[in-house]
Amino acid sequence: MTDMLTPVLSDNWDTERPWTLESYEQTGGYAALDTALGMGQDAVIDLVKESGLRGRGGAGFPTGMKWGFIPQGDGKPHYLVVNADESEPGTCKDIPLMMASPHTLVEGVIISSYAIRANHAFIYVRGEVLHVVRRLQRAVQEAYLAGHLGQNIHGSGYDLELTVHAGAGAYICGEETALLDSLEGRRGQPRLRPPFPAVAGLYAAPTVINNVESIASVPCIVRNGAEWFGSMGTEKSKGMTLYSLSGHVKRPGQYEAPLGITLRQLLDLAGGVREGHELKFWTPGGSSTPILTAEHLDVPLDYEGVGAAGSMLGTKALQIFDETTCVVRAVLRWTEFYKHESCGKCTPCREGTWWLVQTLARLEQGKGSEQDLENLLDTCDNILGRSFCALGDGATSPITSSIQHFRDEYVRHLTEGGCPFDHAASTLFAPAGATA
Amino acid sequence: MTLNHDPALDAGSGRLPEETLRELRAIGARYPQARSALLPMLHLVQSVEGRVTSRGIEACADILGISAAEVSGVATFYTMYKRRPVGDYHVGVCTNTLCAVMGGDEIFERLKGHLDVGNDETTDDGKVTLEHLECNAACDYAPVMMVNWEFMDNMTPQSATQLVDDLRAGTEVRSTRGARICTWREAERVLAGFPDDRADEGPAAGPASLVGLGIARERGWKAPEGRTAAGTTSGTPGATAAAEQADTSRAESETKVEQSPTDTVGGKGDETSTGEGKKR
Ligand SMILES: Cc1cc2nc3c(=O)[nH]c(=O)nc-3n(C[C@H](O)[C@H](O)[C@H](O)COP(=O)(O)O)c2cc1C
Ligand code: SF4
Ligand code: FES
Repeated sequence: MTDMLTPVLSDNWDTERPWTLESYEQTGGYAALDTALGMGQDAVIDLVKESGLRGRGGAGFPTGMKWGFIPQGDGKPHYLVVNADESEPGTCKDIPLMMASPHTLVEGVIISSYAIRANHAFIYVRGEVLHVVRRLQRAVQEAYLAGHLGQNIHGSGYDLELTVHAGAGAYICGEETALLDSLEGRRGQPRLRPPFPAVAGLYAAPTVINNVESIASVPCIVRNGAEWFGSMGTEKSKGMTLYSLSGHVKRPGQYEAPLGITLRQLLDLAGGVREGHELKFWTPGGSSTPILTAEHLDVPLDYEGVGAAGSMLGTKALQIFDETTCVVRAVLRWTEFYKHESCGKCTPCREGTWWLVQTLARLEQGKGSEQDLENLLDTCDNILGRSFCALGDGATSPITSSIQHFRDEYVRHLTEGGCPFDHAASTLFAPAGATA
Repeated sequence: MTLNHDPALDAGSGRLPEETLRELRAIGARYPQARSALLPMLHLVQSVEGRVTSRGIEACADILGISAAEVSGVATFYTMYKRRPVGDYHVGVCTNTLCAVMGGDEIFERLKGHLDVGNDETTDDGKVTLEHLECNAACDYAPVMMVNWEFMDNMTPQSATQLVDDLRAGTEVRSTRGARICTWREAERVLAGFPDDRADEGPAAGPASLVGLGIARERGWKAPEGRTAAGTTSGTPGATAAAEQADTSRAESETKVEQSPTDTVGGKGDETSTGEGKKR
């Protein structure tokens, strides 16, 4: 049995100035890099495969397998691109990681780039997080000066350049192929697949794109081995991960635990839903994952468990809403987000999200009819599986799942001619005694 | 070629300063293909010009050997690039669902009234540009505001109005988990890849980032023993001190959570119960 919480990635966040190279090296940092350089590239890929590490950016694709798709000996340059765009509503784990311990990511980048035989890597970080950009810039600069980056790293003959690249505000740039277009200096719009990035990615060269947390998990695997990693988590979802609790909980924040912990357990640690209130609905992994309810408190939060409950583990962004929250208002706001962020490339998403907002807004104001619910579901049907990228699919998740769990509440808006909730009661600074 | 060109906006005509052109070219050198530099180049244009100007667009096009229309097409795609002048302080309020529900809507409404501006507008004194934001990856600190893309966590309508008053008065403001607030143009320069010297300012993490870690420390929970490279997980020399520090930050976070409701009761926050929060 492992402990309930297993800080690994977050383990040094409470040390003295953990963002500095000096501090990171004092807690064992950059030792895994030496180990990796001594193992050889293929052995590192095999180790990551064996560990069972799955991508932490939302889809859960096995990381080692992804690396294995990179053609070897093809004479082309290879690239590693770290997806630090973190913009999926609710998701807030990569930013604190890079703020507190950017060297964990940088060490992961070097090891991973070495494994896939890349000589240039990029960290594509969303632009709206100035201090994180500063910490990354500083960490990269320190790593160059210490010989962890640049020519002939640690005397191994291996060379790597690492560029920190700040985005400019666009959720779609988190989608990996849109990210590549953006990194090439274009509008961030998804690319047709195939070819997959592993074959033709950045500058049409073989490219691995991984989430921050995925890459940051590599050094500890190299240091402690695949078996150690697999001793945490469940059979198919191995290792520890950052769960992010937000919203109506007593102690929102980051909780690093083995995959498979339940929301009931996490809420327990977090002191429960805020005083005097109860859980109404929650997202397991950001706004693009279908919402769940109190019925699902004991669902194991791993890829299989949440999938079986009809949702997705996603980014493990657990947004908690209590009974004061109007689900229609929440869903409308998310839908406005998708409409705003739709890149416009394909019709189902561009037009569909527009219609969804119109219909939802009418319902929220109590002006529509019950037929509108069917219209919503129809529109969702026309988007899901028919859009060019997963943004469109994600846009339908809150709508279909909320109608499934809270159809009555939509109807109440109609029968009461407007929103039956007092929005002030949901706020953190709600006047004492306010109720829904 | 249409450029969305509004001549009234283009105060400065002619070329950008030589120094800026040199720096724009230098950004290109960071990448295997220069075109990759376009996003940081536009950040640099904003830091020099206070917005994306036509001459800035033309300079980028010139350097990269692409058309001004192409550059313009990129600039309009991304929300951080502004065609209208931005104030010294870009003040953002997250109104994505979670923050909105937790009070972001009320904060945004309050600021619009207090500053007498609408979304994406600048105060008459040119100090503050107000904008509502999408999720800024800080939901565990909701309701969240950003000033020049620095975190301002756990905000209330009062702390928000105090914040913009301080900014307009020129009082030094610090991010709740970042550096002293610089100007928007200075921030844009950092985003263009020209670091300032503020990386060491501020804490490693805010209280919410350390909540789980603090609980683990308190209960003695750890990841399984790994191969012990010089003090990796357990038994670090500073572990006790660190645990103490975590305890304090957790205590602080608890008081903060407890304080925020009482803070507002009887204060201006009461207005929110009059239904202000309902309209949008
Ligand atoms: C609209 C959209 C936004 C996304 N945003 C992110 C993001 O911000 N960060 C991220 O790592 N992955 C994001 N993804 C997933 C990426 O496309 C990709 O699957 C991921 O970066 C792969 O890394 P991983 O295998 O390490 O998880 C997004 C996907 C979509 C469709
Ligand atoms: S689904 Fe939406 S975001 Fe994705 S390509 Fe189509 S329009 Fe663009
Ligand atoms: S919803 Fe506001 S920071 Fe995420």
